[in-house]
Amino acid sequence: MRLMFSAALSAAIVVPASAAEMKVSVEIPRMTVAEYHRPYVAMWLEKAGDPKVVNLAVWYDIKLKQNEGAKWLKDMRQWWRKTGRELEMPVDGLSSPTRAPGTHEVTFDDAKLAGLAPGEYQFVIEAAREVGGRELLRIPVQWPPKPGAEGKAKGEHELGAVSVALKP
Amino acid sequence: MTILRVFKSRPVVAAAAIAAVVAVSAPAVAHRAWMLPSATVLSGDDVWVTVDAASSNDLFYFEHHPMRLDNLAVFSPDGKQIKAENIATGRYRSTFDVKLSEAGTYKMAIVNDSLFASYRVDGQVKRMRGATPEKIEKEIPKNATDVRVQEVQSRMEIFVTQGKPSDTVLKPTGRGLELAAITHPNNLVAGEKAEFRLLLDGQPAKGVEVDIIPGGIRYRDKLNDVKVKTSDDGMFSFTWPEPGMYWINAGVRDDKASYKDAQRRASYTATLEVMAP
Repeated sequence: MRLMFSAALSAAIVVPASAAEMKVSVEIPRMTVAEYHRPYVAMWLEKAGDPKVVNLAVWYDIKLKQNEGAKWLKDMRQWWRKTGRELEMPVDGLSSPTRAPGTHEVTFDDAKLAGLAPGEYQFVIEAAREVGGRELLRIPVQWPPKPGAEGKAKGEHELGAVSVALKP
Repeated sequence: MTILRVFKSRPVVAAAAIAAVVAVSAPAVAHRAWMLPSATVLSGDDVWVTVDAASSNDLFYFEHHPMRLDNLAVFSPDGKQIKAENIATGRYRSTFDVKLSEAGTYKMAIVNDSLFASYRVDGQVKRMRGATPEKIEKEIPKNATDVRVQEVQSRMEIFVTQGKPSDTVLKPTGRGLELAAITHPNNLVAGEKAEFRLLLDGQPAKGVEVDIIPGGIRYRDKLNDVKVKTSDDGMFSFTWPEPGMYWINAGVRDDKASYKDAQRRASYTATLEVMAP
């Protein structure tokens, strides 16, 4: 009993002590379509069997008057069902404007990742484009990460190359 | 025969009356009655849904009769009744809008509960639809024979959620045939199993056949309907094969009418949207 307790304690100390970091690279593909709107994008971490998710970022039309951009948030339908419908968007530190075609790097640090219980996670990214399509990619993530841990995925239409690099 | 005779003598009124009766009693008879919301899962602060309502052969195409909206009731997430806007009835469909100003689940219901009487007087069969007990006592002549009274209770519902789904509007009323949601009706996803309980007067309705039909009938050869039977505790479950709109319908007949010696016919109909995973 005492042994288990001390093991749990030391684990609890090890995790938050690290200045862990998750660097995500997202490619928004350039498209030749008659009507183009930048996609809405949501990123989160989820763990099998755990209904709670860790929201990382939501890119949407936050600048429209009267929060009109929120009308299309439900098009990121897995994100919407898992967590979006529970939130009052915009959320500080979570929502930001949509991004133009190209490759974007975002870094999530302790503020988001602290308190993450050790385990096997999925990094999930979902993109939905007005008058366009929708795509969802998953990258397995181990937490806490080993040094140099990395994962990649490649989208087919709404997302290009996506990678996740973790620093313990 | 009777209908034909009435039709000849008072064509305009009779035609309207026939149309109304078909629309109202559709769930149990030939055509299918339905409401179709423009969306059931919504985000944003200032959103609306618009709803088509009709009875038709194919789901969900308006090609036969518009639904009468006299008994339409719209409930906001706190359970209060709110107004439907822009109500209109065209040749083949009725339509109305609802503003979703609060987060949560809304219910739109068309509930009918009335008596249907038939009797014979001077050798002619007469029918009285949408009747009340008072009307029956007053208007059926004392020399009438073969008086038969049936109570018809029909409930048709759709559910729409802005933001997070809520439960207040899902509470059964305890009257007629109703659906008690175990799985929230706005949390349905293809490939997942949904569970419901059918209630009759608030009690589990056992052994009742529930008909489940996916929309889009016009563009396929088979109906693709599935019939599931409720268990002893009124439960039934279904795993949605595809995303889309589904029509579910069940009906019962018994002698538990509110009017003396009458038969009761109760039906429940809902249109449920199943999302893609």
